[in-house]
Amino acid sequence: MLNIVNKSATERNSLESALRMATKGSAVLLIEDAVYAATQGSVAAAKIQSAMADVQIYALGPDLDARGMSSRILDGVKVVDYGGFVDLVTEHNCCQSWL
Amino acid sequence: MSDMMDDMDEGGEGVVKKFMFVNRKAPHGTIYALEGLEVVLVSAAFDQDVSLVFVDDGVYELIKGVNTKGIEVKDFSKTYRALEGYDVEKLYVEKASMDARGLTVEDLIVDVTVLDSTEMASLMAEQDVVISY
Repeated sequence: MLNIVNKSATERNSLESALRMATKGSAVLLIEDAVYAATQGSVAAAKIQSAMADVQIYALGPDLDARGMSSRILDGVKVVDYGGFVDLVTEHNCCQSWL
Repeated sequence: MSDMMDDMDEGGEGVVKKFMFVNRKAPHGTIYALEGLEVVLVSAAFDQDVSLVFVDDGVYELIKGVNTKGIEVKDFSKTYRALEGYDVEKLYVEKASMDARGLTVEDLIVDVTVLDSTEMASLMAEQDVVISY
């Protein structure tokens, strides 16, 4: 399962729900305002870091760039471009967008 | 006609109110931040006493080092630096919002005054008009 989250973790609870229900070995892709959660010093960073034991976290590079956050990305989070986004969709049997 | 223009220029009949714009949204995920900024520029053109406040995810609007090419939208972060030219010089951020996001004033594109939550509340309480995005 590829879980896609697009809302800020400090405004909505969609990241929290996605992480709670993401099964071991699944992937979570952060796009749009969700990318802030994977940055150093964010209150959501601890949640991302503990989730990384069981799931792979990805963040969309162009969204990090547009928010001035590329240099603040947490270690262990894989940054992908739009092509990488498409690859993730094709590699997983199913996607869930946590709107 | 020219008398009337003079009156307008001097703001003779014009009332100056204290306007506060409260920005609480991150910049690109929704249109609120950009639209809010447009309204600020309009209000400044009417010679009002404008304050801009950034709390919660709104502090992300002021981050340096933005590159929006990849998502093909306008980079309006530089417009905050132009506000000075419109006599909009009262910019405030809330300390708790900055701390929760690991940000300091060094990360921001403009000079701001950092207020604690109590100071922010007092500033809000003394406004004539508060518009929140």
